[in-house]
Amino acid sequence: MSYNLKELNIHNSKLITLRKMNKQELQVVALKNGTVIDHIPTDKLFTVVNLLGLQNSDSNITIGNNFESKKLGKKGIIKVADRFFSDEEISRLSVVAPNVKLNIIRNYEVVEKKEVIMPDVVKGIIKCGNPKCITNNEPMTTIFHVVDKTSGLLKCHYCEKEQNKETLKLQ
Amino acid sequence: MKIFDMEAVSNKVRRNIFRTFFFLYFFYTFTRLKSEHNNNPDMENRSLVTIAEHSKEKILYLLEMAREFEKNPNRKILDGKVVATLFFEPSTRTRLSFETAANRLGARVIGFTDPKATSSSKGETLKDTIIMVSNYADIIVMRHYLEGAARYASEVTNVPIVNAGDGSNQHPSQTMLDLYSIYKTQGTLENLNIYMVGDLKYGRTVHSLLMAMRHFNPTFHFIAPEELKMPEEYKLYCREHGLKYIEHTEFDENVIAEADILYMTRVQRERFTDLMEYERVKDIYILRNEMLKNTRPNLRILHPLPRVNEIAYDVDENPKAYYFQQAQNGLYARQAILCDVLGITLDDVKSDEL
Repeated sequence: MSYNLKELNIHNSKLITLRKMNKQELQVVALKNGTVIDHIPTDKLFTVVNLLGLQNSDSNITIGNNFESKKLGKKGIIKVADRFFSDEEISRLSVVAPNVKLNIIRNYEVVEKKEVIMPDVVKGIIKCGNPKCITNNEPMTTIFHVVDKTSGLLKCHYCEKEQNKETLKLQ
Repeated sequence: MKIFDMEAVSNKVRRNIFRTFFFLYFFYTFTRLKSEHNNNPDMENRSLVTIAEHSKEKILYLLEMAREFEKNPNRKILDGKVVATLFFEPSTRTRLSFETAANRLGARVIGFTDPKATSSSKGETLKDTIIMVSNYADIIVMRHYLEGAARYASEVTNVPIVNAGDGSNQHPSQTMLDLYSIYKTQGTLENLNIYMVGDLKYGRTVHSLLMAMRHFNPTFHFIAPEELKMPEEYKLYCREHGLKYIEHTEFDENVIAEADILYMTRVQRERFTDLMEYERVKDIYILRNEMLKNTRPNLRILHPLPRVNEIAYDVDENPKAYYFQQAQNGLYARQAILCDVLGITLDDVKSDEL
């Protein structure tokens, strides 16, 4: 981890000061309560938005991309006010963005950090890459078994084909 | 004034006791029914979707049961039962084999052989078709062109599903009959040299056989043209399970000299992207009688059939040719499968000697 809770809080409070100082320069507002989703690979940003259903959310949302990152070079970041995601929602991200970090913020302070945990079974998030798979031809939920957690190798529960991580499509 | 009417009180007590017992009995029956209902999916769903789920013991047990049926295939064990054969993709050979198995066990058979004549052509989902047929049949044997169809069917009904082939995925009854044929001709499944020839890339039967043989310490020889080589995932499977394998592109009498089983498959023209390549290899993977001269006496030649030209007709007369008997073994293997999915045991079969 390149940062700790304290640094983040300083960052958050700096933003508040910034806001007070110069409204025109400010790009990202600090959160009072909510979740910051950090370290999103830039090409996966909108996939993460989709997976969490943020396009249909009423919350105050800030989406940023191509921010500088020591780890990734460039990264995406999402701030969602007054939303706290369940473990199930977070585990959905495991398939596309396993290294994403979530910071839970209450009263301008990071109170908790969450990492994405790869589940053993992925249900109804991704589409099977095999066009002859029953899941692509029936109105039904897909199920994948995670064969290898580190490489994120998945196997379709139905047609038993292993999935290429690079070409995964969402259901 | 009477303070207590003793008789009335005792009547009341009696009535209360009666009510309590009645209630308890009702509650007991209700919970029992409920738990039976809840247990059903696990208890009753004995579907055969893939051979990979069967342990070594289970495979040997089913082979033993097949042997019982070979002694006497006509037993009325499934008298009064209805077997549905749903062929969403035509497969005459497999269907006839299953229907014969069901008929010889005394079951009645319903079903369809051509999906064009069914509601699936009207757009009915597989789920709806399966649930509907579940109302009529005790077993559903199904062949489907989509991969994973049998698994899905087994999840939407409590009626046991027997997978008779789902696309290029699984075909467990074929594997059972292959195993039974090997077992019968070699007297064992252990430590055999198994040579697989032809289309090892798309051949579903060779993949399933490979996985089922993992319990029995085989040595595999994969003989195929470059374009139809055994896929990497199955070679990986062999390495993970400590199975020995050797790959060849040549197919001649020297290569097959040590074989116990020669499993032939068809090299299909439509599998080739490069037709020049097909023209080059199509005659290489043909088994001819003169190639069998120096082979082991216990060698048997298997083929899932239909054959086109990959086994020359002069091989048919050779006692090492076994592909037609292999098809007959399919009947016994399928009788064992039909009984097993209904929970009928080997002892039940044995005690039914008529």
